[in-house]
Amino acid sequence: SCRISSDGKPATFQPPPKPVIIDKQKQGLQRRFLSPEFIPPRGRTDPLKFFIERRDMIQRRKVFNIPEFYVGHILAVTTANPYASEKASRFVGICIQRGGKGLGATFVLRNVIEDQGVEICYELYSPRIQAIEVLKLEKRLDDNLMYLRDALPEYSTFDVNMKPVSHLEHEEIPVNKLQVRMKPKPWSKRWERPKYNIKGIKFELPEEKMKEAQKWSKPWLEFDMLREYDTSKIEEKIWREVSEALKK
Amino acid sequence: SITGACRAIQKLTRVRVVDNSALGNTSYHRPPKCIHVYNKTGVGKVGDTILLAIKGEKKKALIVGHKMPGPNMTPRFDSNNVVLIEDNGNPIGTRIKTPIPYILRQREGEFSKVLAIARNFV
Repeated sequence: SCRISSDGKPATFQPPPKPVIIDKQKQGLQRRFLSPEFIPPRGRTDPLKFFIERRDMIQRRKVFNIPEFYVGHILAVTTANPYASEKASRFVGICIQRGGKGLGATFVLRNVIEDQGVEICYELYSPRIQAIEVLKLEKRLDDNLMYLRDALPEYSTFDVNMKPVSHLEHEEIPVNKLQVRMKPKPWSKRWERPKYNIKGIKFELPEEKMKEAQKWSKPWLEFDMLREYDTSKIEEKIWREVSEALKK
Repeated sequence: SITGACRAIQKLTRVRVVDNSALGNTSYHRPPKCIHVYNKTGVGKVGDTILLAIKGEKKKALIVGHKMPGPNMTPRFDSNNVVLIEDNGNPIGTRIKTPIPYILRQREGEFSKVLAIARNFV
């Protein structure tokens, strides 16, 4: 039996009002990430050159999406290759280094395939790149993972067919505090020296070797004022310029 | 003058044979070394032929990867890899497990038999 309202007419179903969800996380810090190759290097070049380069970089980003990634992320890159089957080749690896400024920005991916370590240096803005997918988001303790070449191969092996690990949009990128175990010395570089300032290696060297390595420390470098390059204001300006241009 | 370390393949570099030939895989008290590079410069890159001294014999080989960083978008390997080859270009082994760069496909005519036995490409 249908309900009869006070008027005497049968009441039609009124759905409840939709709840308004205020996502406080989203309202908070929207992560502002400016890719490091936008920041111009310190020098006496005309800023016009960097402005024109930034325009070309933004143009490329409008056509092709370059995701936000840091050193330590696991990426899969598909490039156009005339000599590959189906004209495209896919490479999965951990990003060990991001270098270069402007349109020549590069990143190096490393993986171990069939017990053979392979590294490929890709150019971010090369038209040959067809897709960049981030498979796993995680930062490491250092921003240069070149020591993975001298670490045990298990730390550089990543499954080629791994599925992308899901990541929430507005959370912090997790930092993996993994301490990597190394192969026996000799290494390609003396990673224990304070010049490299590496925190991600579990040094199993004797105490005397670690003390001897500290002989090469230069504690005056952090107080050297001529070496300071404060990029905060430049970054603000460029971030505003880039985000406005990309929204159009 | 002092030249920097050459991480490509030149005379007296120790190489790693990656195919499954008997000559490349049996152990010997000396590692296989390059004794000549068939090139105008004595420096061998991917796709060059070299003369190898293995187990007291001389054998030709094809370079399929080296430690030296090359042009961007090309792979750089952690060891100097080499495939044993006859004088006419026929490979001696029957399978290559380690990844081979796609650049070699450019010279399909000379290396077709080597590319045919390769399993993985990078």
